[in-house]
Amino acid sequence: MPILPEANLVPVFHHSVRSMLESSPGQPSNMPPVESSEGGSLTVEQAIANLTHPDLSLRYYAAWWLGKFRVSEPAAIDALIVALEDESDRTELGGYPLRRNAARALGKLSDRRAVSGLVRCLACEDFYVREAAAQSLGTLGDPICIPDLLWLLQDGVEAARPVSGRPHLAQPCEALVEALGLLAPGTEWQPEAIARIQPFLSHPVDRLQYATTRAMYQLTHETVYGDRLIQALAASDINLRRVALSDLGAIGYLPAADAIASSAAENSFKLFSLKGLLERQVREATPLSEAAIKVMDLMDSLL
Amino acid sequence: MVVIESTSVQPLINAIEKADSPERLIGAVRALAMARSEAGIPVLIKVLGYNNPGAAVVAVNGLVQMGAVAVQPLLVLLDDYNYGARAWAIRALVMIADPRALDVLLSAAMTDFAPSVRRAATKGLGMLQWQLLPEAQVTAAQFRVLEVLLAIAQDSDWSIRYAAVVGLQALATGSMRPEWLSQISATFQQMAETESDLAVQARVYRAIG
Repeated sequence: MPILPEANLVPVFHHSVRSMLESSPGQPSNMPPVESSEGGSLTVEQAIANLTHPDLSLRYYAAWWLGKFRVSEPAAIDALIVALEDESDRTELGGYPLRRNAARALGKLSDRRAVSGLVRCLACEDFYVREAAAQSLGTLGDPICIPDLLWLLQDGVEAARPVSGRPHLAQPCEALVEALGLLAPGTEWQPEAIARIQPFLSHPVDRLQYATTRAMYQLTHETVYGDRLIQALAASDINLRRVALSDLGAIGYLPAADAIASSAAENSFKLFSLKGLLERQVREATPLSEAAIKVMDLMDSLL
Repeated sequence: MVVIESTSVQPLINAIEKADSPERLIGAVRALAMARSEAGIPVLIKVLGYNNPGAAVVAVNGLVQMGAVAVQPLLVLLDDYNYGARAWAIRALVMIADPRALDVLLSAAMTDFAPSVRRAATKGLGMLQWQLLPEAQVTAAQFRVLEVLLAIAQDSDWSIRYAAVVGLQALATGSMRPEWLSQISATFQQMAETESDLAVQARVYRAIG
């Protein structure tokens, strides 16, 4: 089995774990920048300027860099929003690499001015732009985009059919389902979100099943979905176990605590998953509830 | 401890090398760990680098059960290249808690590039069995640990700060100079007020009690 670099093993935020586990084509790994091709590490001003640099690879790198280092100043946001409409950087297959990176970066920068630009990206012909936009719309937390997310799932099973010759489905269902799980609970769109995603509970792609299970828990709070994710911790593929760990952490499902601690995965994944449980306990009860203390004991044992 | 002749564990070692599935590997490692043979120690340490968390846990437990005799091999065979193996070896050293590991733990806690290694070492620094050190060395050793843990408690990574709280809390349960205890307590009070991460903050509350 290959040894992954530590950066890939340590989820930073629960909502981004799924995307970090994924090998996105052309996406730089989550490592500190070494050097730009101009021979030095970037400053914020340079990175913003580089978004319109004649050298397309510098634009691409700058978009990633701004997200990685959480540069949320207005000038960076403005430049990244412009980059969502970029026409110059194209792959042989017609993809828009700069748009992808700009959409990913904007999801990390907590500025809702990006929402309308990201919603427009949901109509882009590049699957990976749509996927990045859906993920980022989920993390930005503005429910105004829910109808647009649902619209991409209107074809039901068609949206989740594999595209021949490509490693993905027709629509970025996993990202869409994940975003709906974050945004739709408690909104007027909740019933429609449930109806749209429910069929994916039995989709042949395990990751989509898990994402749907997690979103169904967020939308319904029914324990059957949390319990199903506990069962997923016994999956034979370690990548699926990692996904289940991050999903359980994201929903803070307390009954999973022991199963998380004893699952066959790296301690860092279990620790980050349990952190999600602890945070939910702290938010909903008190910092020193019996359950919180139990979770901390498990976390201590995984250090 | 019953010492078994190395020849008698050779079949168990062979079984580990021949294991062709994660499950068989775990079973073979368990068998070797249960034999508690000194000859098996380097093999158990090697298993820590197989990138199989289930087997690593079994190997760590086996090494911990061997206790003091496993410390020197763990220190000597520490894997400089594979951070996963290093993290498991550090966890074994931490559970054995022998102060011969002090220098390795201090340097791992401060400077290792892998957060998993730093977390394990940071927690373990507070849990060493000071009574195994010559009495004249205890105060100086504790002071080095205290300084390092107080610095690590300011780290930018929540999981490292979390580990520092666990380490400091454990350190404070041993016997040490009263002024150091109040220094730890003051650090906890300050973290309780300023800590931005909910999980770390909860752990600080718990340490304050």
